[in-house]
Amino acid sequence: MNAAVGTVGERAPSREVAPRRPPSRRWTRFLLPTYSWLVIAYLVFPIAVMMLYSFNKVASGLQQVSFAWTGFTTQWYQQWSNVPGLTSAFWLSIRLAVASTLLATIIGTLLALALVRYRPPRFRGKTFVEQVMFLNIAAPEIVLGASLLGLFVTINLARGFLTLLLAHVAFSIAYVAITVRARLAGFDRSLEEAAHDLYANAWTTFRKITLPLIMPGVLAGALMAFALSIDDFVTSNFVNGNTTPFPVWVYGATRIGIPPQVFVFGSAIFSVGILCAIASIVISRRQA
Amino acid sequence: MEQPVRADHAGGLAAQRHPRARLSKALAPYLLSLPGGFWLLVLFLIPLVVMLSLSLQRCNPGTGACVMTWHWSEFGQQLSLYHAQFLNSFYYAGAATLIDLLVSFPIAYWIAFHGGNKKNFFLLMLLVPFFVSFVIRTIVWEFILSDHGVFLGSLKNAHLLPQNFHVLATGYAVIAGLAYNYLPFTALPLYVAIERIDKRVLDAAYDLYASRRDAFTKVILPLTVPGLFAAFLLTFIPALGDYVNQQILGGTNNTMIGTVIQNQFLTYLDYASGSALSAVLLAIALIGIFAYARLLGSRTIEEYL
Repeated sequence: MNAAVGTVGERAPSREVAPRRPPSRRWTRFLLPTYSWLVIAYLVFPIAVMMLYSFNKVASGLQQVSFAWTGFTTQWYQQWSNVPGLTSAFWLSIRLAVASTLLATIIGTLLALALVRYRPPRFRGKTFVEQVMFLNIAAPEIVLGASLLGLFVTINLARGFLTLLLAHVAFSIAYVAITVRARLAGFDRSLEEAAHDLYANAWTTFRKITLPLIMPGVLAGALMAFALSIDDFVTSNFVNGNTTPFPVWVYGATRIGIPPQVFVFGSAIFSVGILCAIASIVISRRQA
Repeated sequence: MEQPVRADHAGGLAAQRHPRARLSKALAPYLLSLPGGFWLLVLFLIPLVVMLSLSLQRCNPGTGACVMTWHWSEFGQQLSLYHAQFLNSFYYAGAATLIDLLVSFPIAYWIAFHGGNKKNFFLLMLLVPFFVSFVIRTIVWEFILSDHGVFLGSLKNAHLLPQNFHVLATGYAVIAGLAYNYLPFTALPLYVAIERIDKRVLDAAYDLYASRRDAFTKVILPLTVPGLFAAFLLTFIPALGDYVNQQILGGTNNTMIGTVIQNQFLTYLDYASGSALSAVLLAIALIGIFAYARLLGSRTIEEYL
C-alpha cells in the first residue's frame, strides 16, 4: 500500500472516500436476517420433530410411530436393538460404508493425483476421464442404479453385499476425486523434488511428503464417500437382492408401520454427524 | 501409451538416473488413473451400454429372459405409453426447483454478503438435512403433513381448515417433499456463485449512482448466472428421477417416471421396458448437461459441488 501511495500519490486519497451507497432503509434491514433464520428453522423443523417423536410413548399394542403425542418415554432408546431386521440392516450399512469409503478414497485419490499433475501431452484422455466423472455425477441416480441392475442381471451376478459394494464405490469415486483435487490445487511440487534430490525413493517421497500434505483433502473425500454410502437408497434398492441396508429397510417399513427405533437411529446418526462437522469446523478454525 | 518420453524440466535429473524410472514416469498418469478409470468403465459406462442394448430387447416377464429385437421405436413407444408420468416428473421437479431457487437465493445472498465470521456455521445449517437419512427425512414430512398430524390436525381442531382437507397423496405434497430434500443442492451452488462476486464491483456500481435495485439486477444477478444454472441442474436432474418422495408423500394418481422405472425393474422384472425408460430419462438429463457444458464448460460445474 505504501509503495503504491508513493507512485500514484494523486489517486490515493480518492480511495479513502467511502463508496457511495444508498442509505439502508430502517425496517428492511431486518427483513433478510429474519427471512434467513426462518429458512434455517424450516430446514431444522423435521429433524426436531423426528427427535421429539423418538421420545413418544406408543399407546396401542403395535410398536410403531404414531402422530399423536402420548407422553414422554426413553423406552425406545433402552430397547434400541429390539427390532432384529433394523439393527442388522444398520450394521450392514456401516460395514458397507466403511468398505466402500476405503476403496473409493484410495481409487479417487489416485485419480485426483493424475488429474492435478498431468496435462494432455503427458496424459492423453484426461478430458475424457473428466467428462466421464462429470457425467457420473450429473446423471440421475435412478439411471445409475437401473443400469447397474441391468448389467448384473445380464452377466448373472447374484445381488448381495458384493454388488452393493461395487455400486457404492462406482458412485463415490468421482466425488472423492473432485473433493481431493480441489484441495490439491495449491500443492507445492518442489517439496517432492527436494525429497527426491535427497535420495528418497518414490514410495518414501509419497509416504513422507505427499500423503501428509494432501491428507486434509483425502479426509474430506473420505467423509463425502462415507456420507454418500450410508445414506444411499436409490442405487442400493436396485442392486441389493435380499441384503438390506438401513435406508432400504426403513423404506420397506413405510408399508407396514415404522418402529419408533427408526427415529432413535435417525437421531443417533444425526448427532454423530453433526458433532463430527462441528469438530471439523473448530479444528480448521484453530489451524487458521 | 507409446508416447515419446520427454525430458521434462522438473523431473529431468531423476529420469536420467534410470531407464526404468523414465518409463514409469511416462506411465505415471495412466497408472494413477487406471483403477478409477477401470472402475468407472466397468461399472458406469458399460452398464449404460448394457442399458441401451436391453432397451432393444424383449423380456419374458415370468422368467426375466430377454431376446434382442432391435426395435428402435421402443423408446418412442415407452415415451408415449408413460407420457403422463414423464409430464408429472417434469412438473413436480420443475416446481420444486423453482421454489428452491426462489427460497434459497436470498439466504445464499445473506450468508455470502452478511455472514461475517459465522459463514461456516450458516453453511452447516443449510446442510443440516443431509445429516438425517433421506428416507427418514421424507417419512418425517409424511408425519408432519398427515391429515391428523401435528400440523393439519391442530389447524383442523381450531376449525381453520375443513375436516376433509388433505395434503398427502396430492402433487403438492410431492413438490413440498422434493423442495425440502433438494434445497441444499440449490443453496450451496448459489452461495458459491454469490460469494465469488468481488464486492468492489458493487461499490463501483454505487459510485456510479446505481440504486439498490439497479445494483442487484444489473450487477449481482448477471454475475450469478453460472451459479443459477448449476443450482438448477443439480436440483432438477435428481428431482426428475426421484421416486421416494412420490412413493411416500404422493398417491396413485401422481406417479412419477422414477416409480415406473423402479416397478418395471423390481416388481415386473421387465428389464427391457425399464431400460428404455431409463435411457429416455438419461437422454433428457444429458440435453441439460450438454447445454450447460457448451455454454459454461464442463469443469465449471465442479466448482459448485
